[in-house]
Amino acid sequence: MKHDLILRVGVKLLLPFMLLFALYVQFHGDFGPGGGFQAGVIAAAMVILYAVIWGVPAARRVVPMGLVERMIPAGVLIYAGTGVMGLALGGNYLDYFVLLHDPAHGQEWGIFAVEAGVFVTVSGTMTAIFYTFAERER
Amino acid sequence: MPALDVVIAHFNHWITVVLMVAGLYVVVARGNMVKKLVGLGVFQTSVYLLYISPGKIFGGTAPIIDPRFTVYSNPLPHVLILTAIVVGVATLALGLALVVRINEAYGSIEEDEIFGKPDEDGDGGGESSGVGSR
Amino acid sequence: MALLTMMVVATFGILRLGNLFAVVILGGIYSFLMATVLVVLDAVDVAMTEASVGAGISTVLMLGTLYLTKVEEAAPVRRSILPLLIALGVGAVLAYGTFDFPPFGVAEAPIHQHVVPRYLAKSVEETMVPNVVTAVLASYRGYDTLGETTVIFTAGIGVLLLLRGGRKGAGARGSKEGGA
Repeated sequence: MKHDLILRVGVKLLLPFMLLFALYVQFHGDFGPGGGFQAGVIAAAMVILYAVIWGVPAARRVVPMGLVERMIPAGVLIYAGTGVMGLALGGNYLDYFVLLHDPAHGQEWGIFAVEAGVFVTVSGTMTAIFYTFAERER
Repeated sequence: MPALDVVIAHFNHWITVVLMVAGLYVVVARGNMVKKLVGLGVFQTSVYLLYISPGKIFGGTAPIIDPRFTVYSNPLPHVLILTAIVVGVATLALGLALVVRINEAYGSIEEDEIFGKPDEDGDGGGESSGVGSR
Repeated sequence: MALLTMMVVATFGILRLGNLFAVVILGGIYSFLMATVLVVLDAVDVAMTEASVGAGISTVLMLGTLYLTKVEEAAPVRRSILPLLIALGVGAVLAYGTFDFPPFGVAEAPIHQHVVPRYLAKSVEETMVPNVVTAVLASYRGYDTLGETTVIFTAGIGVLLLLRGGRKGAGARGSKEGGA
């Protein structure tokens, strides 16, 4: 599909807005619908769209497999690390009250941190799964 | 019209049952593995409906707190089903990966063809041991 | 109700069709219908996830699998009435069970009486997050979400393990078959 002009230009216009929408869904998830899962999937969908139009090798130059592979455990570590931080600051595991000076703000930042962890894992996993399926030879 | 009232009160549940049974039938009856996975997806989606429909309140709105609203639908099933959807896609991906490997090892994704190959036992055994060692 | 009926139609299309490509696309349509139903039922977060995951990623993965395997479904070797009987039996039992459900959309149903009123009343004050779904997901039930993230992690690793070493394996098999 590399030679279809309309698709190429249209997708090129669309891609930054997809990433922007993913980030919006991620950071606005506290106030509207959305959160780490949805944002992660939308970000992965952006990579997939790029790979569909320009081919998987081109997509792998933009988002290398090594990065994607590191993202899968990194998200889980961010999530679990937030829990451990609560533990270190004198609370229970995954207790966000202790993260900042007052409990409600601590909760807000704790939720933000775990959503970030979820985002990293989900987008990394989805992209990695797509890469492995797409590169498989018949 | 009590009959119509009963239909309105339970229509969602009946659709849930129909979808669940259809998914179950596809999983049990069809031999094609991709179709089995689609059927599993239908089954799974019926469970989403089963959980979300009791959470709805007439006149309620989405559970995002705002001073302008007082009645909210139940957020707890939403959380549970959010988890279920993402776990569902993870298992689906794993299932599809297994289907691809099965296709490579046996050259087929039909259950009948894979199980009904007694004459190629040696070949199939050799290939399956190859799969195990990889 | 029209949406739900359309979903049933899509399901029977999935049931009947032999072309797997059509089945997968119908599955995508089905997911979008489901997402619309979920919006009607006030579950906006879930609808968003279903639209992006069910209709997006799942369909892409299914199509990828079809590319790697076969598009046509083979005609079944033996047709048996047993699965149909099992399905109908299960359906009858489940439909009988629905009559004990509380009616749809009523605020007095037991599901609305416990825990949830507290979430709705306290979550803004305790977490400063107006979206109760996010608050419950990440904070009140943080363990569940940690487990879920771990499930995704495990599934990703599993897929990578299953499909990564393939080319090497295929090469070994080719050499075993005399470099064919």
